[in-house]
Amino acid sequence: MKIHEYQGKEIFRKYGVPVLKGIVIKTPEEAKQAAIELGSPVVVVKSQIHAGGRGQGKVYDIKDRTKMLSDRGVKVVKSPQEAEDFARLVLGNVLVTKQTGEEGKVVHTMYVEDGCAIEKEYYLSITLDRVTSKNVIIASAEGGMDIEKVAEEHPEKIVKEWIDPLTGLRPYQISKIGYALGFTPELVKQFIPFMNALYKCYMDGDCSLLEVNPLVTTKDGKIMALDSKINFDDNALFRHPDYAPLRDLNEEEPLEIEASESNLNYVKLDGNVGCMVNGAGLAMATMDIIKLSGGEPANFLDVGGGANAKTVEAGFRIILKDPNVKAILINIFGGIVRCDRVANGVVEAYKSIGNINIPIIVRLQGTNAEEAAKIINESGLKVRSAVALADAAKLVNEALQA
Amino acid sequence: MSILVNKHSKVIVQGFTGSEGTFHATQMIEYGTNVVGGVTPGKGGTKHLDRPVFNTVDSAVKATGADVSIIFVPPAFAADAILEAADAGIKVIVTITEGIPTRDMLVIKPFLKARGAIMIGPNCPGIITPGEAKVGIMPGFIHKPGTIGIISRSGTLTYEAVYQVTQQGLGQSTCVGIGGDPIVGSTHTDIIKLLNEDPNTEGIILIGEIGGSSEVDAARWIKDNVKKPVVGFIAGQTAPPGRRMGHAGAIIAGGDDTAAAKMRIMKECGIHVVESPAFIGQTMMEALRKSGMR
Repeated sequence: MKIHEYQGKEIFRKYGVPVLKGIVIKTPEEAKQAAIELGSPVVVVKSQIHAGGRGQGKVYDIKDRTKMLSDRGVKVVKSPQEAEDFARLVLGNVLVTKQTGEEGKVVHTMYVEDGCAIEKEYYLSITLDRVTSKNVIIASAEGGMDIEKVAEEHPEKIVKEWIDPLTGLRPYQISKIGYALGFTPELVKQFIPFMNALYKCYMDGDCSLLEVNPLVTTKDGKIMALDSKINFDDNALFRHPDYAPLRDLNEEEPLEIEASESNLNYVKLDGNVGCMVNGAGLAMATMDIIKLSGGEPANFLDVGGGANAKTVEAGFRIILKDPNVKAILINIFGGIVRCDRVANGVVEAYKSIGNINIPIIVRLQGTNAEEAAKIINESGLKVRSAVALADAAKLVNEALQA
Repeated sequence: MSILVNKHSKVIVQGFTGSEGTFHATQMIEYGTNVVGGVTPGKGGTKHLDRPVFNTVDSAVKATGADVSIIFVPPAFAADAILEAADAGIKVIVTITEGIPTRDMLVIKPFLKARGAIMIGPNCPGIITPGEAKVGIMPGFIHKPGTIGIISRSGTLTYEAVYQVTQQGLGQSTCVGIGGDPIVGSTHTDIIKLLNEDPNTEGIILIGEIGGSSEVDAARWIKDNVKKPVVGFIAGQTAPPGRRMGHAGAIIAGGDDTAAAKMRIMKECGIHVVESPAFIGQTMMEALRKSGMR
């Protein structure tokens, strides 16, 4: 689960990680009021979306996507009026950054924050290194930039420190990072409690990513988190009921929300062939088959271990809401799930929805596969059945040609 | 021969009396697996599926001599169950549980290593040595005793590969699903090392996914160490970057973890890479023929 910058900063505050004063706003008037309340000569108005690159992002008119309203999603302003004007320009419109893709994201919320006199910007994050199965701190004196680019072009400018799960993060490691970033002894002294607080925040919250980009040193010699990006481990949300209200449904694909309510694992994609599969690995493999058959997958959809009439129907309804879908491939490998039951589920769901005007290819393999094929073929529905995966691929190709 | 489990393995089930544990233990017993008992705290001293139930893994091991454990404990308690199994001296731990928080897994790996235990999973289908022992949730009937070792992260995609291998008239020595989480007990390389040493395994099928570097590490190890033919497939060629595709580990985070990059490196390492998952079995057969093994 991802959260917004302002929510991350609230958590930072609880852990004693220094952040600037800021106020969340949802209307232009509130932006003005917030700037007045903060009282600084310079404030920063920041779009809140779940994607990076907001500063360099571009804001487009939601009613006319060709019309660019602003060449930035974050703006330093010098008066409350200017704060209101920028908020009016951005709120309700679409911010496109290099992480959002072309479709961009609608800005519903902004964060008005105190300005600060920056001495230098740095990059800092904590995440899991899958290769070593350890958490790793990644830091760089090349802050505020695209860290992937720095890693690629100047790997020597990236500092990494792995955390042994049995000892936790030790002070010597923090000072190692601090000196590697070029901090003075005075700054390193500040950096130790700063880093400890971030690490505690990461561990306590079961985060999968905690990123501060940029981390800054200020003209008056302080270390400050100027941004926050926190992702939580979805598997651990059960022990953080307090984080559940932080979920912002505006940031999620409506079909994905609907799918999760039916316990389906759905990811919307841009292609023309929908698919419904049991198991995540086979689902990805099925998407690949679609591509190799000349189509493009319209979605990832894992119905899980309990494929039955109800889940199949929910899956159908979700896939059919996507107007780009020209054919659907259902690929079920029946292990514990019996194929004949799934086949009955498909027939029932088909009848209950009615009027499905696109070709459906059903490939059922495994337990009771032959009975299943018989059920499909004798149902009188416009459904083609396949047994081998290669045959299913052929049928998808034929359906697209037709 | 086989790896990890065989007909002599003495298997206990942790979470024995729960619905998942009961269902799959029944299936395992029907397959012929030597299930010697199970553990459910608070139900020690009773019988379930005609086998003894123990309160702790330690007492189960002492009473039955169990050396393999399969875990069906809910996510919140699974880490503790794994540590308990390793501490009791179990050497092969199969964790089926899906949804264990990553933080819980961090301490498990060094703990297992210190005790010389191997873990498969979590979030995996388990291990099967066809005709001898099924320690997992896979459908037993699609398997056939034979000489192909199969290793994969996922469940149903493994079954697909198994089925294709069986259709080719080949069978399997041992199939291992290592699981789809970011931290798993055993990597592709760990299992390939075992399959490489197993005299009964003639060929290896390596199935991977987007995300992480487990397959790439395995490919490099194969290049230097494995003479047996290896067929490889990576699922997720069409997956968009940054999105979670079901498995928590299946996120493309940048670098060499895309399907294309993994497949390229696997090819460079001499692996027979298939682009379509429909031809895994057929390609294995062809690879065996090429190496004069058929």
